[in-house]
Amino acid sequence: MNKKVKNASVALEGVTHNMTLMLGGFGLCGIPENAISELVNKEIGGLTCISNNAGVDDFGLGLLLKKHQIKKMIASYVGENNEFERQMLSGELEVDLIPQGTLAELCRAAQSGFPAIFTPAGYGTEIAEGKEVREFDGKMYVLEHAFKADFAFVKAWKGDSAGNLIFKGTAKNFNFNMCGAANITVAEVEELVPLGELHPNEIHVPGIFVQRIFQGTDYEKRIEQRTTRKKE
Amino acid sequence: MLDKTSIAKRIAQEIKNGFYVNLGIGIPTLVANYIREDIEVEFQSENGVLGMGPFPFEGEEDADIINAGKQTITALPGASFFDSALSFSMIRGKHVDLTILGAMEVAENGDIANWKIPGKMVKGMGGAMDLVASAENIIVAMMHTNKAGESKLLKKCSLPLTGVGCVKKIVTNLAFLEIVEGGFKLVERAPGVSVETIRKATEGNLIITGEVPEMKI
Repeated sequence: MNKKVKNASVALEGVTHNMTLMLGGFGLCGIPENAISELVNKEIGGLTCISNNAGVDDFGLGLLLKKHQIKKMIASYVGENNEFERQMLSGELEVDLIPQGTLAELCRAAQSGFPAIFTPAGYGTEIAEGKEVREFDGKMYVLEHAFKADFAFVKAWKGDSAGNLIFKGTAKNFNFNMCGAANITVAEVEELVPLGELHPNEIHVPGIFVQRIFQGTDYEKRIEQRTTRKKE
Repeated sequence: MLDKTSIAKRIAQEIKNGFYVNLGIGIPTLVANYIREDIEVEFQSENGVLGMGPFPFEGEEDADIINAGKQTITALPGASFFDSALSFSMIRGKHVDLTILGAMEVAENGDIANWKIPGKMVKGMGGAMDLVASAENIIVAMMHTNKAGESKLLKKCSLPLTGVGCVKKIVTNLAFLEIVEGGFKLVERAPGVSVETIRKATEGNLIITGEVPEMKI
């Protein structure tokens, strides 16, 4: 089945104001750079964004924050971003912080058809206040509901027109879990290869979870903390 | 009194052959430098790598290979990459043997607070709530007191909790302690630190049984 679309602009058709979006990546690693740029271009606002982090001031989701396009952020960790902090403290931006493992699992639940999960994370803390809890084998768990999103934007290393995806390194992160977790999943890839080139043994995400795929361009792949050692 | 490096060295002694270990940011990260050479240990980073290696050589950094602190790292032979849900399956499913993390406060019942200070910018809990709620073996690396000299080992945490009743062991600049029924059991003193000093620096109930040995670093 051919899922290939020409570019980011076509891939974002149907994205409108006030939608809920999932965006893959951990920090700046594996973020859907092209989709984010296109959201900025299209000036789509009032967005609820589900993403582990919120980018930095001038990159990643920081670009959407700067243009005040995000109404609500659902994330596990949002440091590294002054504009985020300013908007959050001034009340312009609504923020829902969720434990990272729960965030991942709520994507997977949406992907897999589970309405909710029980997790031990956050039990007895303020994030469990008002939520249903239940005991299993002597341990307490919190009920958390699966995400519902309109679009998921993910970024992979390689993909084909069938929507099959392969990730590189730790860029798999939330990208893998968000595929198929929204009504429409849009994948951007560094290399869109001819059908048949990706061996079925190697495929991480089967194309069934992806509705649109496009060849990304101009990847910056910025490093947030460049740490090295010297050769002896 | 121990410095941060020595705290890391003492914690490293708790790591056993065959352990899969998750290290938090800060002092816990240093622990990787002091693992005995005759044992096999693999480090897990919750963003999706098992078998994490040292920082890359200059010029060999790869934006696609980072740790949970967003630092560029390497993958050792035998390493694997995986998605975030699977990463927390390793943690929640108790496949990771040991979690080492920092704390702002620990209470005598094992409660931990390390993610939020009311009135200050809240950055989020990241994976900390999943880690403390799931791991059976948690060691906390922390300073015994804050900059004002007030105890961080308390009867009850004053800050919003990260998890309840989950901490088992604590290594501070003053002591090695275990959480037992009734409070903090003093297991070892840092070199040159008296039991009295530790008692004064501990607000929670400190349990002392017999002679308390000095730790060997």
